[in-house]
Amino acid sequence: MSAAHDDHHHGPAKGITRWLFTTNHKDIGSLYLWFSFAMFLLGGTFAMVIRAELFQPGLQLVEPNFFNQMTTMHGLIMVFGAVMPAFVGLANWMIPMMIGAPDMALPRMNNWSFWILPFAFAMLSSTLLMDGGAPNFGWTFYAPLSTTYAPASVTFFIFAVHIMGASSIMGSINIIATILNMRAPGMTLMKMPLFVWTWLITAYLLIAVMPVLAGVVTMMLFDIHFGTSFFNAAGGGDPVLFQHVFWFFGHPEVYIMILPAFGVVSAIIPTFARKRLFGYDSMVYATASIAFLSFIVWAHHMFTVGMPIAGELFFMYATMLIAVPTGVKVFNWVATMFRGSMTFETPMLFAIAFVVLFTMGGFTGLMLAITPADFQYHDTYFVVAHFHYVLVPGAVFSIMAATYYWLPKWTGYMYDERLGKLHFWLSFVGVNVLFFPQHFLGLAGMPRRIPDYALQFADFNWISSIGGFLFGASQLILLVVVIKCVKGGKKATAQVWEGAQGLEWTVESPAPYHTFTTPPDPKLIHAQ
Amino acid sequence: MLPKAKLWLALTVAAVSMFSTNLQAAWDLNMPQGVTQISRETYDLHMQILWWCVAIGVIVFGVMLWSIINHRKSKGAVSATFHESTKVEIVWTIIPFIILILMAIPATRVLTQAYDSSESDLDIQVIGYQWRWEYRYLRQDSLEEEVSFFSSLSTPREQISNELPKDETYLLEVDNPLVIPINKKVRFLVTSNDVIHAWWVPDFAVKKDAIPGFINEIWAIVEEPGVYRGQCAELCGLEHGFMPIVVHAVPQDEYDAWYAGRQEQAVAAQAMSNSAITRDDAMAQGEAIYNRTCLACHQAGGVGLAPAFPALAGSSVVNGDLTANIELLLNGVPGTAMAAYARQLNPVELASTLTYIRNAFGNSTGDLVQPADVNAILEAQ
Repeated sequence: MSAAHDDHHHGPAKGITRWLFTTNHKDIGSLYLWFSFAMFLLGGTFAMVIRAELFQPGLQLVEPNFFNQMTTMHGLIMVFGAVMPAFVGLANWMIPMMIGAPDMALPRMNNWSFWILPFAFAMLSSTLLMDGGAPNFGWTFYAPLSTTYAPASVTFFIFAVHIMGASSIMGSINIIATILNMRAPGMTLMKMPLFVWTWLITAYLLIAVMPVLAGVVTMMLFDIHFGTSFFNAAGGGDPVLFQHVFWFFGHPEVYIMILPAFGVVSAIIPTFARKRLFGYDSMVYATASIAFLSFIVWAHHMFTVGMPIAGELFFMYATMLIAVPTGVKVFNWVATMFRGSMTFETPMLFAIAFVVLFTMGGFTGLMLAITPADFQYHDTYFVVAHFHYVLVPGAVFSIMAATYYWLPKWTGYMYDERLGKLHFWLSFVGVNVLFFPQHFLGLAGMPRRIPDYALQFADFNWISSIGGFLFGASQLILLVVVIKCVKGGKKATAQVWEGAQGLEWTVESPAPYHTFTTPPDPKLIHAQ
Repeated sequence: MLPKAKLWLALTVAAVSMFSTNLQAAWDLNMPQGVTQISRETYDLHMQILWWCVAIGVIVFGVMLWSIINHRKSKGAVSATFHESTKVEIVWTIIPFIILILMAIPATRVLTQAYDSSESDLDIQVIGYQWRWEYRYLRQDSLEEEVSFFSSLSTPREQISNELPKDETYLLEVDNPLVIPINKKVRFLVTSNDVIHAWWVPDFAVKKDAIPGFINEIWAIVEEPGVYRGQCAELCGLEHGFMPIVVHAVPQDEYDAWYAGRQEQAVAAQAMSNSAITRDDAMAQGEAIYNRTCLACHQAGGVGLAPAFPALAGSSVVNGDLTANIELLLNGVPGTAMAAYARQLNPVELASTLTYIRNAFGNSTGDLVQPADVNAILEAQ
């Protein structure tokens, strides 16, 4: 492709400038993925501190104030630094290749939206070294704990959130512009791979709610520095308003972290079942329904703030409704596996674990939707178990599945299948030993975000901690697998997987630096 | 015995003995059924939804597992080509919808009952502070002596720092438990003085956020006498894990006697509130109050946790003008974590605390603060 011209645009530049100035979607995708993995290890380290302190009752390792900083930073870094950038990285790498486009629609903005992230997280992490310590009010930063009573570093936290929001909005605009304008001839909307569909919807969610997050942190900034009283009851403000605004962002945010995962799993299961996805159209509609519902369920995070009963009932019913489109998705995956011809390479293992464990998180989500029962579950380890089940063996497993699935396409080499399987099994056992006992802890009455606990919670806590250490340590295997695979191995074919379908599998492995500089043959585009 | 088996046995024994110190009631798997009608109905609802989820899970995961076992390429399975079926899609949309309706009906019923806080027999205001609870029994008659008190963690600090063995009720014990009569509708009016807390007693199935500027209502009719324990459920800062709730539910006559005793104590404290105290008494009482109330922020030895929680050792306020120091303790410092203690402590306690901090940690003002000094400033305000 590139042989026809001989100017310097055709291959990557040499050295650090390749990465600093790149406008190539593949390079930027790799940057996002490496950055996300670094944040995953950092946020994971904070989680290890939390689990180590909770290993036994009593305070052993850290002070309560530092413990609160750890829970806060763990949540912020995992949500904004690990999961979201990983999906943006996958989008960068895969969307242009999946729709037959040469690159993202707005390559320079693409560079910018990545390169502001390291600054945002450097600033956020630097608060740990500041006088008074890092933010210690939880990743949900409820006012007035995060305003009147916050450490001075809260201002840096606010600025970091603004930058992360700007990055996400730019990334979303880019993804929408790419999908709507740059599809190859013949790639109609209803022929797009589901990963592209889920990202299109996710990008709209991001554009809708990131400004709301920016709004709420700006209101905090004004309360802290400019004498306003948005959230200060003594000045006529309303602390509950904070929670409404935050969760109006926060609930769609949950789906921002899971919809692309649905897309990944919907690509992997048909590949390894060697069978078409059972119901493509209904998957698209279910994704859109979930996205719509995500805007009208936010107050289910606030059942205990004392809403009027009409509000409680509305948000309970609306939340329960989410089970319907989510069920459609799970049934579709199972129906795709049913009477397939399955093999169980690492991506498939992660995808199957995703379906089972995400569904378990869905079940507890349904239980949490039941308002009177939620009064007992709210702010306990039951909630911690619930959202970690949907986020770790949910979102994070899907990212790992995607990494193993597309790694041969990215590097041109097959990864070490034995190490991959080892990584999967250790992660699978670790994650369940880590989070399953937390259901029991929550039901027995252990509140979340406490550095020390009553003696009846001791046993499940040490079990959970051991699971945590196992899960944490296992992630280093992923790093080994990826580095080995980048360096070499068995040559990957263009198709890579026997059952793989889609445009990305029609180009050689590794995918050339520039793909689809001319549109692909429309005959290669199949109905999903 | 084989050496390997011996090793395993030894390891198992070691593991068990390592953790068996905490074995009492250690393997609670489920929500407590509790001691109110609402808590039992909540439990039933929880179990009902759980069993629905288990049933759905068994079917869905069952089909999946069966496919995984039988439809694998290594067994020679050839993939079918069936694809899309509107009929099937409609079925698996409608059936979950019907199940949801079956769940929503009892949930709505229980919620409606739980929200009916009308016609209470006794009203108690619950106020969250960083990091203790205040209980105020609302009077029917304004001439009555008011019963109100603060309830703080009483587990010794040495147990938290692992210097002493932990009690069975570690972190779940307070100095002044809330006392309520059984079989009476007790309404709790929940609010907060600073940040958001949440008042939760699992056995009553009540949890409500305590929010500054709001008063939330919850209620309970406790049917069994007993001691019920809970904890603050909303992250409220440094000592969030250390503000438990203890409720003693007692028969009405016992409650009446306790209430009358509390009223007498209040009268007695009122009478004592202006009488002089000795230096030794003040230092002893002051130290006890410091350890219970001030230590979390200002730390042992008064070294503080800079910059949010200033040191008292060598502090210019504590070593400076007494009046300014009294006013700071009474009114707090708005916009910071320093609370106003005018209501939290009585004049004798306030004076003792001041005497203690002004003469401990290397501070040597030599002051002996008297309740009268505190009262003079309280009255002037």
